[in-house]
Amino acid sequence: MAEFTEALFSIFFVETLINGLLLGGVLALLSLGLNLIFGVVDVVWICYAEIIMLGMYTIYFLVKAGVPLPIAALAGIAVTSALGYLTHKIIIARILDAAPINQLLATGGLLFFFQGIAMVAFGIEFRNLGVSLGSLAVTQDIYLSWTRLASFAISAIVVVGLYFFLSRSYLGAAIRAISQDREIMTLMGVDTKRLYLLTSAIGGALAGLAAALLAMQYDIHPFIGLSFGPITFVICVMGGLGNMVGGFLAAFVFAELITVGGYFAELEWGYVMAFVFFVVTMFIRPEGLFARKS
Amino acid sequence: MNSKTVIAIIAAILIALPFIGVESYPLHLVIVILIWSFAYTAWSIMGRFGLVSLGHGAFMSIGGYVTALLWNNMGLTPWLGIPVAMLLSALLAIVIGYPCFRYKIVGHYFALVTLALSEVVRQVIIATRDTTGGSLGYTPERHGEGISIIALQFSNDRIYFYYIALLVWLAGLLIWRYIDRSMSRYALEAISEDEDASAAIGVQVTREKLKVTVLSAVMTAFAGAMYCQYQMFISPDTIGGVGISLQIVFAVVVGGIYNMLGPTIGAIITLMLAEVLRIGIGTATVCVTDSICLNAAGVPLLIYGILLIVFIIFWPKGIVGAVYDAWMSRGSTTDGSGTAAGPAPAATAKAD
Repeated sequence: MAEFTEALFSIFFVETLINGLLLGGVLALLSLGLNLIFGVVDVVWICYAEIIMLGMYTIYFLVKAGVPLPIAALAGIAVTSALGYLTHKIIIARILDAAPINQLLATGGLLFFFQGIAMVAFGIEFRNLGVSLGSLAVTQDIYLSWTRLASFAISAIVVVGLYFFLSRSYLGAAIRAISQDREIMTLMGVDTKRLYLLTSAIGGALAGLAAALLAMQYDIHPFIGLSFGPITFVICVMGGLGNMVGGFLAAFVFAELITVGGYFAELEWGYVMAFVFFVVTMFIRPEGLFARKS
Repeated sequence: MNSKTVIAIIAAILIALPFIGVESYPLHLVIVILIWSFAYTAWSIMGRFGLVSLGHGAFMSIGGYVTALLWNNMGLTPWLGIPVAMLLSALLAIVIGYPCFRYKIVGHYFALVTLALSEVVRQVIIATRDTTGGSLGYTPERHGEGISIIALQFSNDRIYFYYIALLVWLAGLLIWRYIDRSMSRYALEAISEDEDASAAIGVQVTREKLKVTVLSAVMTAFAGAMYCQYQMFISPDTIGGVGISLQIVFAVVVGGIYNMLGPTIGAIITLMLAEVLRIGIGTATVCVTDSICLNAAGVPLLIYGILLIVFIIFWPKGIVGAVYDAWMSRGSTTDGSGTAAGPAPAATAKAD
């Protein structure tokens, strides 16, 4: 017990909490695009993490070819945005009226397809971008990586930007309206098909942004999607699928659970704790942790 | 040729298979297909009623790991280890299933909760790597040379395991048919149409769902234990995790979720496809130019993915379902049902 108390008031625990906060920023960005697509199109993209993976590869190869990182990141965003657009255009648009579970499974097929493409084209070796922004020494003991700080800042900016886009712009209003009642909106003369495509492209672009931030922190390989895909879905569900503010907050709860769990035991136990917390939450509040009462 | 003759011929071929000059390798493939067919059938028992679980990798892992861990650490024979694993699997199914059904977590919410379940079990296996070997996998200890009944190990003599797998697969089909003909089927079909309405006419929604989920979980755990005893090697990625959970769902979707033989046909198609592609294309790296190299190992995954998307869009009932529909309407329209007449008679005979 003494050990536990000591660990709790250690300076490294503070560092852990801050790192959890920073991880939360990235997770929030990851879940944002998926949440947007779900809220509007009402389809869960199981392959979302694989789109991010392809974005990471795009950025990796461009940087290795000598393209500056910011431009490579923009190109990555363009690629994932196109992938999001095509995913809807080619697959989802055909099965909009099918059972929800079939839609989920079709994007699951896309997951294998994307993994296969990545394996064929890029092989299975781990690739590292090798870009480091160094770290910031807060005190003598606490070091925070600039990459993580930047990721957190960018996530925060994008979340705020998306909030204003949805609440202030005409298109944003249309997107919000369609997520509330898709049938009525069609009757009102709104072109739902176009809005769905637009949302999918925006969702894809957010995946590209997440890819740029992740590519700086993690090794890239064809199956990396499986390592953060499940967390992303779980965050979306925990925040209430389609509820972006809820998803944003849930990302931080989840990130703290993972890092604090990893601090006291191994990182895997952090994940186990977070997933168990998720399952328990689902039973207490099936609509999601932060869902408003309807 | 009527359906009974067809069944008799198929049965005769299956029984005689090891004695008609089938080599060790094809026999191995058949055994693997039979084991997975059983697992897929187990999934479809609940999946056909709209209870789409993405967590069956968890039950499969429990079956394999609990059996192997009990054998290695406590010397408990799989004859007792497998029932223990099945019991644990049933408990887990209740712990997850009861609140899910009680609080009406359905559709893709249910799918995502179960997806979390398979991830939890995978992470626990990796986290306890000192006992389970983590992602490197785990091997049950050999019990002497050759065949050991007490350890359920049959060394390299595949004939024994072939008959065991055949019997288990057949038992799976019989359980499927038993459910298909029971009152539970009507209750569950009503529930999948409209939960509130069926509750209003007196269907015990939570109980019916829980019954079929526990049955499915127990069967899947058994399949995991079978896989472990046959391959003598398990790892979180070969019998668990999100990958296997999705593989189970997809094979059933390809084969046909509403027919008894659907999961089996799905297993044959997906596993044979993977095998043919693996051998045909290989895992070589082909370099087009100095800098552009293509890695053939990804091709099966790629084709698998396309196949699934095509199936979901065009044949959501799976191959058996599509052939069955074509067969049923062959009088009115003369379409291309003849091209796939192979499995059709058996499917027609056993479908209902």
